Amino acid sequence: MAETFAAVLYLVSGVLFILALRGLSHTSTSRRGNLYGIVGMGLAIAATLFLARPSFGALLIIILGFAIGGGAGSVIAKRIAMTAVPQLVSAFHSLIGSAAVMVAAAVLYAPEAVGIGTMGAIRVEALVEMSIGVAIGALTVAGSVVAFLKLDGRMSGKPLMLPQRHLVNIALGTALVLCLVGFTATGSHALFWLGVILALALGVLLIVPIGAADMPVVLSMLNSCSGWAAASIGFMLQNLALIIAGALVGSSGAILSHITCKGMNRSFVSVILGGPGGETAGAGGTGGGSEDRTVKQGSAEDAAFLLKNATRVIVVLGPGTAMAQARHALREMADILKKQGVAVSCAIRPAAGRLPGHMNVLLAEAGIPSDDVIAIEDIDSELARTDVSFVIGANDVTDPAARDDHASPLFRMPTLNVNQTGICLLVKRSTDTSTGTGYAGIDDTPIYEPDTMMLVGDARTMVEAIARALTH
Amino acid sequence: MESEPFSDAVDKLNAAGAAVRDARRSVEQLVGSGIGDAVQAATGIDPLVFHVAIFVLAIFVGCSVARSVKPALHTPLMTLTNAIASVIVVGALLAVGISATGLSTTFGFVALVLAAVNIFGGFLVTQRMLAMYKTKDR
Repeated sequence: MAETFAAVLYLVSGVLFILALRGLSHTSTSRRGNLYGIVGMGLAIAATLFLARPSFGALLIIILGFAIGGGAGSVIAKRIAMTAVPQLVSAFHSLIGSAAVMVAAAVLYAPEAVGIGTMGAIRVEALVEMSIGVAIGALTVAGSVVAFLKLDGRMSGKPLMLPQRHLVNIALGTALVLCLVGFTATGSHALFWLGVILALALGVLLIVPIGAADMPVVLSMLNSCSGWAAASIGFMLQNLALIIAGALVGSSGAILSHITCKGMNRSFVSVILGGPGGETAGAGGTGGGSEDRTVKQGSAEDAAFLLKNATRVIVVLGPGTAMAQARHALREMADILKKQGVAVSCAIRPAAGRLPGHMNVLLAEAGIPSDDVIAIEDIDSELARTDVSFVIGANDVTDPAARDDHASPLFRMPTLNVNQTGICLLVKRSTDTSTGTGYAGIDDTPIYEPDTMMLVGDARTMVEAIARALTH
Repeated sequence: MESEPFSDAVDKLNAAGAAVRDARRSVEQLVGSGIGDAVQAATGIDPLVFHVAIFVLAIFVGCSVARSVKPALHTPLMTLTNAIASVIVVGALLAVGISATGLSTTFGFVALVLAAVNIFGGFLVTQRMLAMYKTKDR
């Protein structure tokens, strides 16, 4: 009876998880969605405690575990800067992966606790589910740690190309599969841990050659992986809540990777194989004749004059640190312009940045309403009827080379055609192109466009100067 | 033309499937597991089938739900799914709550702490982000 009751509770919590995700389809219902998720989690924990009926000592250990983990988690969640959310997400993925490996190990050493056999005689079916969960879990851990190091700047964001990496990866993958087949046949603990080590190594090698610009895809893929690992453990434990949650997370992560790939005009396979965008990696080919090309420069007052006399202004924001630092000043500037009767809106390329939707979060934090962010399907027509576009830290997002220049590594990346607008203002730290390469690690060509005026300086100080010039 | 090798392969697959089923059944008889056997005895259907059915349906639900999330909310979607995935804590609770051996309890405890970080961190950071969206929408 107790089992049936617990199973029903697990089912209910699975349904609550579905409702939680559905809540995110609209901003107004999203907070309720989060609440459904919390209730679902609480139900699943209550059902498990009801089922396990831990002794007083075990209960104390459980409370201690929740206190340590919950305390740390709450502090992290309260303190984390919104700019550091990509790192946070990848760290959390690695936690899920480690938890999956640890649960599998715990079950391996005490299978009778979850009713899947006795020590040394675990059901084959459960062993298969356990190996899949452990392999994906360990892969998620290693991959997420590498992604975290890259995002946090502790490791170069440039793709690290190891010689013969595809061959090495295939060999490692084969060894992993063989090892886990051996594990399911024998139940050997040594093979279990060997499998963990092989999966960890494979995870590192898979993510190391992927460049920083592809991180949104990597993060959503690792999100998906953590879900599949959880689902495999759910099959092993025959737990409905875990199976449903795993399937939801796995599939939504997969959909997110797909959407993100489409947003960047990349195929999923080419991202996973690593390297910079596209097969034509002849980087630097466009930077050669920069000496004889002219660049128009202007001051903050010039920019303020142009902006004040425009009727429609679009601010094109890039994913870099410039945008992160300038966004609060930008809101002030936009507010002043709006008061003077200028229509101001923002444009961002989807999938730009380090995490899908990250730029929307940063803009929301700065107080820029989400209605002011133009949907990507309307962007071309909006840009065409705009007087002034103002590009901040988004030089490669607006690079015309991506449309015309086959040798550019950006070729076929979706871009925003800012040269369709009347005048394009472009903030850049320096006119020297050798030091001015953007996040993607390549030369900026849009500054040579005829209707472009360059504003040399730090994005934040420049926006603040423009705002000051506007009020005078 | 190709039907002969094909049907051959199907036969072999069936035989292999039957062998696996037999092996599983004999192992299960040896071990004897509570709820699984009860369900199987009552319906004659392996409970794994129900689990796979729920799994597959949940995948479809997950796909359609994720597609309907608007791009501006993709980051909260990731942190929320991340928090939901930490329901893996049930495995850790079972390991700590029931298991007898010290090693298993240790692994379970580590998993419990990691999952707890994720539960609290994931839901709280999602709430923080969504709060920013909400106040700006008014």
